[in-house]
Parts: sequence; structure tokens; C-alpha cells
Amino acid sequence: MGQHRQISIIRFAQAILLLAVMLATQVARAELLIRITEGADSAVPVAVVPFATSGTMPPGNNISRIVRDDLTMSGEFRPLQPDKMLSLPATGADVHFRDWRMLGQRFVLVGQAERQGDRITAQYELFDVNQERRILGETASASVNSVRSLAHHISDKVYEAITGVPGAFSTRLAYVTLQQVGGEPQYRLQVSDVDGKRARIRLESREPILSPSWSPDGKKLAYVSFETGKPAIFIHELASGERTLLAEFRGLNSAPAWSPDGRSMLLTLSRDGNAEVYRMDLATRELTRLTNHWAIDTEGTWDPDGEGIYFTSDRSGGPQIYHKQGPRSEAERITFDGRYNARPRADSEGKYIYYVHQRDGGFHIARQNLDTGEQSTLTRTGADESPSLSPNGRMLIYATRENGRSVLTVISADGGAAYSLPAAEGDVRDPAWSPILR
Amino acid sequence: MVADIALSPFITNPENLEEEMMMKTMSRKGLFALAMSLGLIAGCSSTGETMEEGQAGAAGAESGEQSGSTVYGGGAEDGISSSAMSESGRQQAEAAARQAEQQAMREITTFYFDFDTSEIKPEAREVLIAHAMFLKANPGRNVRLEGHADERGTKEYNLALGDRRASAVERFLIVNGASRGQIETISYGEEKPAVMGSNESAWAQNRRVELVFE
Repeated sequence: MGQHRQISIIRFAQAILLLAVMLATQVARAELLIRITEGADSAVPVAVVPFATSGTMPPGNNISRIVRDDLTMSGEFRPLQPDKMLSLPATGADVHFRDWRMLGQRFVLVGQAERQGDRITAQYELFDVNQERRILGETASASVNSVRSLAHHISDKVYEAITGVPGAFSTRLAYVTLQQVGGEPQYRLQVSDVDGKRARIRLESREPILSPSWSPDGKKLAYVSFETGKPAIFIHELASGERTLLAEFRGLNSAPAWSPDGRSMLLTLSRDGNAEVYRMDLATRELTRLTNHWAIDTEGTWDPDGEGIYFTSDRSGGPQIYHKQGPRSEAERITFDGRYNARPRADSEGKYIYYVHQRDGGFHIARQNLDTGEQSTLTRTGADESPSLSPNGRMLIYATRENGRSVLTVISADGGAAYSLPAAEGDVRDPAWSPILR
Repeated sequence: MVADIALSPFITNPENLEEEMMMKTMSRKGLFALAMSLGLIAGCSSTGETMEEGQAGAAGAESGEQSGSTVYGGGAEDGISSSAMSESGRQQAEAAARQAEQQAMREITTFYFDFDTSEIKPEAREVLIAHAMFLKANPGRNVRLEGHADERGTKEYNLALGDRRASAVERFLIVNGASRGQIETISYGEEKPAVMGSNESAWAQNRRVELVFE
């Protein structure tokens, strides 16, 4: 096992304290903790200078600190602690590049936030220290209640300006928590920020909730709920809370996966005898059977182009991943290394698939380069499930076990830096990373 | 003892010892009653209730080789039969014995599977046949087959695995006389473990199909 750097142990302790204070409220119980466990050695040094403020800022929502945490979480940056800074400039005019060079910083973010009534406006600038050049300058505003959104927006912009890839800090996570309440299981479908904050319960049930899948516009979730005593697939519109029962056939109704164009859904049904992958047209509810085999076929997921599918089948004797271009084409086996490879997810460029891979008795997240066939195991934990990629393809969230509890863990898509999102109590599992939200 | 031979191989967990003991007691009682009715008791008078395991085993093994309708018929060939017993009495005793035996078997409602398979274990067949015969004889009764998997592997695949296990039991029951309309299947995948824990023993007890009679 490698070194685990407890970068934000103090914040972790603060979070626990805060939770102790707020434990009585539903929201606090729902919120996930965050623990940043590892930083990549190659992380880029960046100084996020505390923003100058005017007017009363909402407590607990320090913009520059949220940005610093976001960049740390990505694993690609190593933000400088403010107490090590030689000066605290708020505008470009006050940035002395020599100071930041001396501190070994590659980039400097400065800014100021002002409150006017119910709105907060932030002005910020990002500088490349070596080139002594401003690479980003913007004014953005949000309501007082959305300061976290404003901060995540700034993080996205900074991330994109430096890496050339859109940031994913403004995206959201859907997941299921499970805890025992009065001796009964309590399943909760929740949606939070990617740092586990601002969690909101969307569905609560004594019976299992599984497999949330985002619509491509990020406005709806599909999932499996046993609330009626049987597995059924629902579509849940997040803004209104309105729900639609999509599938409740005899037998299995599982593994929903929204198509990239939003018009159809992959489902696993056993209504025709055994588990097969079907496509349902969401407008007509018409079903097309995509697989046809006596073995288990499930966990369908789309190609990035929305034409073919990847799925898990045990037709070779154990679960392996297959690709199929259409209902009548031959299924092509993709994974060959190991006896258990399942639950594929393709990246948006069609370059990699990510999946659960058994090795030496443990279950890990692995990825395979679809061009070369090369496979690498990304995780060192041993009971890993449900990989889900961030929409920019740079990070991956999965569920694993830690001290007998299920927790969420985020790693970079090549297996680097990580942070964990344990629930305050009980288990948290089945993560699904939202698309970019507009 | 027939029941013991049929049942013990899949009650191998120490956690199930109590259940196993109960089963043994029940089948012993059944056997004792049977022995009495067949006049075996005279021959065994010296041992009485403390009939040896070996003797019971021998009787079971003998009967096991014969068809279900002539269970324990071998007692007469052993020359320990009672001349006072009428043919209808013998048949009644046989039916009663059969019923007791079947009822004892039907106490078992959980069936275990190996990792990543949905194959019904050979030792489960006799008990499932008893359940199927019960359903056939009682068309008004329904059963729900709840399929489960252990926590290893992926949730959705495990849902499919639990479904396949429940379907395997369903097919077996139908082949042996139950009707499709009496059976409902549901898979919980790895969501409802019987035993908490991440070890071989817990996993073995969680890979199962449970029969829930309604």
C-alpha cells in the first residue's frame, strides 16, 4: 500500500464537529463527509489567494477555500496553504511574480467577492507565473444561497484554463445511502455536489433502491426501486419530484442506462425467461431485445456514439464484457484477463472501458484501452463496485468497503489521486456521476 | 435415517446446528413411530429408544435404494415383521410415515448455491420434490421464491444471478408437479444477506433461494 497523505485532517475533524452539532437535522445526517487521502506526485502547484470580501458573506462558504479544496480533490493540483503566502493580492495589479516563483508556484488565482443585497459577485484572475501572463479573468455572480455553485464554477474555469479540459466541479453525484433506523433498513436516494455537500434526499424506502442513471440533460434519474415489493424501474424528474413507472415486468427489472440522445433506455429484464438486455423507446415504450442467450446478459451501457452497447454476460462460464453493435449483430467478447469482469462503463471518446475486475480474490476497478486491449487495474481496495466516470473523463467514482462499511471513493481516471466520501453513518453506494449541467 | 441422509449435506454451517438437531429429532421420532408400527420394536426391545445410529442408517440406506412408494418395505424381508398387521394397516402406516417424512423435509425452505452458479445441489432435490408434491396436493397454496447472491461482484449481475437461482428452483418445482401459477419469483441480489460479514461462511449462507409460503 502506498503512502496516504492526510491533507485535510483538520477539515475532516471540523466536519465531524459540525455534524455533531447538526446531527438532529435531516440534512446533516444525509451529508457525506470528505476525506482526501492521496495527492499525485505530479500535481501542479497553484496558489489560490484568499479572496478580498466586502459585505457580509454567508458563513461556512468561503469561496477561495472551496476552490482550493476542489483543485486538491482533483488530484491534479497541489494548492499552497495561505499561511505560506508572502502576500495576499486581490487583483492582478498586486501580483508580484517573483514572490510566487520563489514559492515554486506555477499559477496564481486572485479575486474579490462583493455582496450586494442577495447577490454575491466575484471577480477573479488567473496568472501563469512562468509566463507572467493573465490566462483567465471573469466576473461571475450568484445568489447568496448559491455561493458554493459560484465557487465550483470558478474551479471549473481555472481547471479548464490550465488543463484544457472542462472542469467537473459543478456536476453532481447521485448515490444510495443505507442505514438501520429502529432495526429497519432505510434506503435513501440522494443527490449532492461532487464534494458530498448540499446533499438532498430524493427518495426514501424500506426496500432496496439501486442503479441510479442520469438522463443526458442531468434533469432526471432512472433507478430500480423495490418499494412495491418487486423490482421496478422509475424515472424521477429532479426539479418537480415527479415520478414515472417505466418497467414492472414479471421477474427482473434492473440496470437502467439512459442513451446519449436521451430517447431510449437500456434495461435488463427476465420476462422472457432469463436476464437479457432490452432497449426501450421512451416515447412509445416499445421494447427491442438486444441480446438473446440462455446465459445472464445484463449491465448494458451505451457506446459513446449511442449505437452499440457493452454488456456483461456469463456465456463463457463466468461474467465477461461483450460489445454488440445492434440486435442482430454478433456479440464480441472484450475482456479476457481474469474470470470475473463486469459492469462496464465507456468513456465519452470511446477510448477506454472501465469495469469491475477480479484479481487474487479481490474485486477492483480496471480499465482497458479499446485500441490496444491493454488492461490496468486502477484500485488497490478489494471490494470495489459501480464505477462511474466524471463527464470530463478525468475522474472516476466507485463504491468500496472500509471497516465493514460501504464508502464512495474518487480516483483520477488513470488510477491516481483519491478522496473518499463516507456517510456520516451507515453505508453509501451505487454512485452515478452526472453529466455536465447547464 | 432417510431424512438425515437427504438433508445433512447442505446444512453444513455450524450456525445451522440447531436447525439440524431439530431435523434429526423430528426424523428420529418419525422413524421410531414407524419402527413401532412395523413391529420393529420387538426386535429392538433391548435397545428401545436408544436405537443406534448405525441401525437407523442401515434402514435408511436400504429404503433409499427403493422407489418412494415402498419406503421401509425392507423391514419385512428382515424377518422382523408382525403377523398381526393387516395390509391396509401397513399401507396406512406407510402413508403416515411418508407424510411425516415429507413434512419434516418441508421444514427446510432455504437452498444454497456455489459461487456464481445457479445449479441446484443434488442433496437439495429430494426436499424440493417434497415441496413440489405439497404444492401439487394443495393447489390453493402459493410460494414466493426469493433469490439471493453474496456480496461479491457487481450488484446488477448479482440481481441477475439471484433471478436465475430462483428460476432454477421454479423450473424444478414445476417439473415435479407444482403449477406455474402457484409460484412467484423475486431476486434481491446481494441486498438482503441472511448473515452479515465478509467471509466464506457468510457468503455461503447468503447464496441462496428461500421458499416463502403465503
